[in-house]
Amino acid sequence: MSKEADIVLRNVSVRYGHLPALDDISVTVPHGSFWGIIGPNGSGKSTLVKTVLGLIEPWRGEVLTFGRRPSELGELRARIGYVPQYSSMDFSFPIHVLDVVAMGLYGAMGLFRRVGKAERERAMEALRVVGLEELAPRHISELSGGQRQRVLVARALVVEPRLLILDEPTAALDHSSAEGLYEWINQLHAARDMTILLISHDIGVVSQHVDSIACLNRTLVAHGRPADVLSTPTLETMYGCGAVLFSHGDIPHMVVKHGHTHEHGHTHDHGRTHEHEGAD
Amino acid sequence: MDMLTHTFMQRAMIEAVLVGGVCALIGVYVVLNGLSFIGAGISHSTFAGVGFGLLLGIDPVWTALAFSIAIALSIGMVSERSQLTHDTSVGIFFAATMALGVLLIALMRNTYVDIFSYLFGNILALTPMDIWISAGMTVLIAVVIFLFYKELLALSFDAEMASVMGLPVRSLRYLLLVLMALTVVLSVKSVGIVLVSALIVTPAAAAQQLTTRFHRMVLLSLLFGVGSSVFGLALSYWINVPSGAGIVLTATAVFFLAWGVSPRRRRAVRV
Repeated sequence: MSKEADIVLRNVSVRYGHLPALDDISVTVPHGSFWGIIGPNGSGKSTLVKTVLGLIEPWRGEVLTFGRRPSELGELRARIGYVPQYSSMDFSFPIHVLDVVAMGLYGAMGLFRRVGKAERERAMEALRVVGLEELAPRHISELSGGQRQRVLVARALVVEPRLLILDEPTAALDHSSAEGLYEWINQLHAARDMTILLISHDIGVVSQHVDSIACLNRTLVAHGRPADVLSTPTLETMYGCGAVLFSHGDIPHMVVKHGHTHEHGHTHDHGRTHEHEGAD
Repeated sequence: MDMLTHTFMQRAMIEAVLVGGVCALIGVYVVLNGLSFIGAGISHSTFAGVGFGLLLGIDPVWTALAFSIAIALSIGMVSERSQLTHDTSVGIFFAATMALGVLLIALMRNTYVDIFSYLFGNILALTPMDIWISAGMTVLIAVVIFLFYKELLALSFDAEMASVMGLPVRSLRYLLLVLMALTVVLSVKSVGIVLVSALIVTPAAAAQQLTTRFHRMVLLSLLFGVGSSVFGLALSYWINVPSGAGIVLTATAVFFLAWGVSPRRRRAVRV
């Protein structure tokens, strides 16, 4: 089983109405790998994730998660841990941290079963992994942005996922907390038999941690090992404007040249704006 | 307590407990899912259902039931399939069904209909059959909520996560709308079409002020809902005012008390 691909996309296109969001994506993510998906805002990263999760039906092409179509995942769905981008969570909701994490188990529990001691212990274990066990009895509004993000990660980990998908997990974090979270995801990947899909617009940071990278801008611009993929032409195609990748030692930095969007870039920008509205 | 020597008051008290309880229970989900306006829309749609019942000469509770469930599902479907928000689709159904109700009742030219009692309720005029119907629907609603406790909680807190986990989010949404329709219909005779949405929202909103735990919000809401109904009914008997108004105003007073002492509000102000 572990040799199999956890995610296979074959010529997948997604549309919102008549607006194309993803165009002819084909990619295979083998089990145990750590993938980074990068691309500018509105490039279809979240759409790609939602397609893999079965929240969006592809317009064309085939999606196989654990070898099955997302709608036919059944109990395998419980083996996916998902950390959403901007959580649809309501932070004024009357619920405590431990209960939020235990909620990650609801899908695996089946109808009519209730959260008991075993579920609470698993939730506590997941909170221990992200270092928040002492916050278990707190109300969710009492947490900082970074702590909330870690609660969402704990909620994804509580099912002991075979596939962990993180959509911009550092969006609400400052630089050092973000680095800390990446370090910690790295350790997690090393310690467990798990496929990780990390979505980010932060090219430089992501490329240091993942073992494969996919550059997305509606189409799959390039994918492969970070060092091979992150060449200047790739970034040019992806962002539709001049972008240069500098390397300072091991840390690449990207610089986007502002104000040089040519006509072709403009059309792209319009498309992207619409697509972004649909995507979020 | 001499008021309980009257049979009509005994029935009214039983009904007050049932209606206060079931409204407060569904109210927790209505408040947490932001469905207050939908609740008002569904309750007003029962007016057209009542109109059909009166015109056809059958107990309006059944036509109101059929009609309000149909409207609840329509509101869900319209906002799911089109670009309209819940807000807009309710706004359309709200007025249209009231107009239809007025039209249907006006067609019965030779009969006098006490529209006022349907709009504002008359808990003192209930038959034993009304009480049995209310009791049956209350048990049904409570059992369904008990069975789907965890699923409805997940839907209310984070619907996207619920669907990622494979919970039937769409069906749960419709289930909640149907439960709201049932609650409204069983409450209409006693508190009326116009006032029922207050009895759904207010106790739950009061409970939300006082706790950060979901199950405590449910228990507090039940306490406030049943308490307001029983006290409001007694109050209306003592000072001789319409019972629906007495119940709703009591619940409103409870809300402002809870809001005034709310530790959550004070914390929010401090932060």
